[in-house]
Amino acid sequence: MAAQPHHHHHDHQDVPSDLTLRVKALESLLVEKGLVDPAALDALIDTYEHKVGPRNGARVVAHAWVNAAYKQRLLADATAAVSELGYSGRQGEHMLVVENTPQVHNLVVCTLCSCYPWSVLGLPPVWYKSAPYRSRAVIDPRGVLREFGLDIPDEVEVRVWDSTAELRYLVLPERPAGTEKLTEEQLAGLVTRNAMVGVAKVTLPPGDRR
Amino acid sequence: MNGIHDLGGMQDMGPVRHEPNEPVFHAPWEGRAFAMNLAAGAWRKWNIDAGRHQIELIPPAEYLRMSYYEKWTVRLIDLLIKSGLVSRAEIDSGRPAPGSAKATPPLTADKVPGVLASGALASRKLPVASRFEVGRRVRARNIHPTGHTRLPRYARGKVGVIHLDHGVYVFPDTNAHFQGEKPQHVYSVRFAARELWGPDASPRDAVYIDLWDDYLDPA
Repeated sequence: MAAQPHHHHHDHQDVPSDLTLRVKALESLLVEKGLVDPAALDALIDTYEHKVGPRNGARVVAHAWVNAAYKQRLLADATAAVSELGYSGRQGEHMLVVENTPQVHNLVVCTLCSCYPWSVLGLPPVWYKSAPYRSRAVIDPRGVLREFGLDIPDEVEVRVWDSTAELRYLVLPERPAGTEKLTEEQLAGLVTRNAMVGVAKVTLPPGDRR
Repeated sequence: MNGIHDLGGMQDMGPVRHEPNEPVFHAPWEGRAFAMNLAAGAWRKWNIDAGRHQIELIPPAEYLRMSYYEKWTVRLIDLLIKSGLVSRAEIDSGRPAPGSAKATPPLTADKVPGVLASGALASRKLPVASRFEVGRRVRARNIHPTGHTRLPRYARGKVGVIHLDHGVYVFPDTNAHFQGEKPQHVYSVRFAARELWGPDASPRDAVYIDLWDDYLDPA
């Protein structure tokens, strides 16, 4: 079922230079009409540029790796367990955590739009929202994973989670071998956004086996 | 609506291109467009389903051409006009209509942390009976609604198994059109990859899709 590698550029998204002007014009109209507060816009942008991002999810993962009881709670009621660490709210109101094991690899997509667990991962990257990923993740997940450099053996089951409702999915990656002596904070530093979407595994940097 | 947004299963969209160390916003206008969508949403003139549907209404060629936040910009303008918050003439001129009163924004900077932290629940604590139990075989209905729906085309007519009952949620197909919330159960349904894609698919793999009661029949 591997798709033929195409090299045309349907997914290339131009950014017309007039968008800056159009968006600026829209903002000044909305501000002048009293419909939006420009300081609220600054605060919203600041939140997702600096406060809410994949570091949140990485702390959830690391905590689950070192605390078996927390991991159990996380898999049973992710919304409550994630909010124990202080992460909750917009686009994380209804959370599910799915666990990678030697037998199962999980991958998250939203084929219909761009649903993504903002409260633990922040705003989604361009590739997650792109037509190539959204179209092929469900029909050729193994091919998509190979494009991310991840070869899933035939004997491992690939589960794709299509976020068609208001449930938001976070992948709990496997803890890499050789990390027994790392602190929770050091473990969190290894966990990438891509691993929590399921397009990567968590690995130790080469030469950093501890 | 069988629109271009329903991308699952298409194969000719090219490779997935991922950018290392990608910034949250690639240009300042993207952040402003994102934030204006949230701030204008605080007027509660539309809901999340209506907002999604408005993006689906972007014509297919434009949908594929536009970047994500360009779609958000177009969607916001369309919603502002439809809801009456702004007129087409005001968008065209960039100026408020002469003599129009100035409103007070519902979302001010001080309220942003609280609003984002509390979010908005799509679940409803209502005693709605579920039609299916975990483990039950179900068939996704072969329906083609012309409005908003969250039943992807690639699942229609296919047989799966109820994996989880998520509880009662607002039904997007009605809510997007302001026809009521019609709360009902949402299930995680497991579809074998071979059921969806035929004998060439991996015998082990599966796609889990979150589906509402109204999308399902017993199988």
